[in-house]
Amino acid sequence: MMAVIKSIEELEKIREQARELINLRKDNENKTRIVVGMGTCGISAGAREVLTAILDEIKKRNLTNVIVTETGCIGMCRFEPLVDVIKPDQPKVTYVNVDPEKARQIVAKHVVNNQVIDEWVIPNI
Amino acid sequence: MKELSLHVLDIVENSLRAGATEVEIKIVEDSEEDLLSIEVKDNGSGMDEETVKKVIDPFFTTRTERKVGLGIPLLSQAAKAAGGGLTIESIPGHGTTVRAWFQKSHIDLQPLGDMAKTMSALVALHPEVDFVYTHVKDDREFSLNTKDMKARLQEIPVNHPLVIDWISKFIKENLDNLNGGAE
Ligand SMILES: Nc1ncnc2c1ncn2[C@@H]1O[C@H](COP(=O)(O)OP(=O)(O)OP(=O)(O)O)[C@@H](O)[C@H]1O
Ligand code: FES
Ligand SMILES: [Mg+2]
Repeated sequence: MMAVIKSIEELEKIREQARELINLRKDNENKTRIVVGMGTCGISAGAREVLTAILDEIKKRNLTNVIVTETGCIGMCRFEPLVDVIKPDQPKVTYVNVDPEKARQIVAKHVVNNQVIDEWVIPNI
Repeated sequence: MKELSLHVLDIVENSLRAGATEVEIKIVEDSEEDLLSIEVKDNGSGMDEETVKKVIDPFFTTRTERKVGLGIPLLSQAAKAAGGGLTIESIPGHGTTVRAWFQKSHIDLQPLGDMAKTMSALVALHPEVDFVYTHVKDDREFSLNTKDMKARLQEIPVNHPLVIDWISKFIKENLDNLNGGAE
């Protein structure tokens, strides 16, 4: 028997589910930004898997106050993949050599619980 | 770069940096011709002839942070290593098409890798851009068109976590289907 392949009609159902979550959103200003380095060096070093892990944590935890964006090359290829976390009214924190497991912990500890993971933050150079 | 799908992500990032609002990604696998091709077509700022020539040469980039552009030479190298090549067609002010082809049975052909991750990453990071991803395998094909998705989703952003998750599953299932069902 042929399995039923996913089709775009399913988006109606997704829309219903998403609407419930979206209604919970309050002020758009107070969002945490997560920025992933997506230059060629970043991508070769694993930025796509890091981003995928971050998006997955956001979905699992129903985080509605987070925006994920990208940046290109910033001339620090040996520190890629790079992830910045910018909490509202707080200075930017840059994590270096991030992997998917670290990325999940960055979401759990820093984004959700406001605890910077100092060991993974960019060293002074 | 370990997978062709990572090259696709990287080449599309060039399009986005060139201000593209529409990007078409087409992957064709033709068993009879023993050919795999990847085409990325954008409506970004484009390049003049002189620039196109230089871009294929690894010592060219318009970025200022580093002198050498890597993305296109890496894909070109991967294509040549697998019995193929790379061409760029570009019209300033109109857009660019990058096409790479490979001998499908070549021992040095990189695996296609995870197109579901590549597409969900692109949509998550660039919800305002319209992406079309078409994958043809011999006489079968499927496509994902974010413009159509947006019309159905209405007020729900296409980069909503639930939608991104759906995109990933949609591509995975449809690719499995193209390949004759999951193992
Ligand atoms: N789709 C495109 N539209 C317009 N210009 C492009 C496009 N793709 C590439 N270019 C130009 O070609 C240059 C070289 O691209 P390439 O991907 O090889 O390196 P890069 O993007 O500069 O750096 P890297 O990819 O290593 O981070 C770019 O800097 C840009 O000027
Ligand atoms: S990140 Fe490698 S030089 Fe830009
Ligand atoms: Mg590039």
